Amino acid sequence: MKREEIKVCILRVGGTNCDAETKTAFEDLGVQAQILHVNEVVKRRNLLNYNALVFPGGFSYGDYVRAGAIWAKWMLSKIGKELEAFVEDGRPILGICNGFQVLVEAGLLPAFEGISPYPEAALATNHPPGYNCRWVYIKHENNGKCVFTIKIPKGKVLRMPVAHAEGRFLFAKEKEKQYLRRLYENDQLVFRYCTKDGEYAEGHYPINPNGSFHDIAGICNPEGTVFGLMPHPERAFYWWQQPDWTRQKLMPQYGDGKLIFESLIDYLEKRF
Amino acid sequence: MKPGHSDPEGETTARLLRELGYKVEEVGVSKVYNVVVLADSKDEALMKAEEMCKRLLANPTKDNYTILVEGEE
Repeated sequence: MKREEIKVCILRVGGTNCDAETKTAFEDLGVQAQILHVNEVVKRRNLLNYNALVFPGGFSYGDYVRAGAIWAKWMLSKIGKELEAFVEDGRPILGICNGFQVLVEAGLLPAFEGISPYPEAALATNHPPGYNCRWVYIKHENNGKCVFTIKIPKGKVLRMPVAHAEGRFLFAKEKEKQYLRRLYENDQLVFRYCTKDGEYAEGHYPINPNGSFHDIAGICNPEGTVFGLMPHPERAFYWWQQPDWTRQKLMPQYGDGKLIFESLIDYLEKRF
Repeated sequence: MKPGHSDPEGETTARLLRELGYKVEEVGVSKVYNVVVLADSKDEALMKAEEMCKRLLANPTKDNYTILVEGEE
């Protein structure tokens, strides 16, 4: 598939944000990207016209019940079958921040045995509590399964911002060890919070900004086509989006977030 | 919150209550949903509430829930 033929759907609903930044990132790389309100997708039943889908960040439906829960269940009840077909066809889905929460609440992640009827993980209230907006470092852990990071060498440290109040990745206490082992066995672990030098946060704040189990910042499904992360790659797409860019000697055009979008496009060009 | 997971909101609240001079061992924060269900019996209402918890109101990874049914048969 030619790059200019790739069509990405960025969903929008009351409370989402950074949809425009995500669109700009894709368009900068020569891909068609459309921001669509979920009602449009439900009305037109046109999800399968797109090659990739993005659930952007934000606070959909006011984060009521739990962050991402309402949007997730709403999508499943309205276009669950289309979503399932989308995943089964190997079309990639990216969930950024609130989008990650949606994918977990919808059972699309970690999806150890396929899409799960109930969430197998949670993104709980930050520990320490409160909304946390800061730049963090994340280390790439994936061995090649995740299609969103195929252009990123394992062990590379990336810099991106987080901005959330509910980002503490959790497994049920009694399943923690078993599920963590499965993440490694299936190559589903994608990013962990770390220092600038790549040392794992080991739960220490603010390196791990939310108290996530095992410093988990992002995971993918066993097929590597559904990927969610709390940091915002679209807010680190250009070099000048970084807070200290004028103080840095190196002045490339792009920031680390670009690698995520480039990897996805690379996959789509080869796969379809 | 299920046992074993920390409850940051509860911990912060407990800390402040102690600052205010209360002998507080622990605070657990939970939500209450008052749902008016249309059902023919209390059993049916309970069954529907159970479904609601599983499908939306609780995440089994971290949430415990209790259902209390009130009202007339």
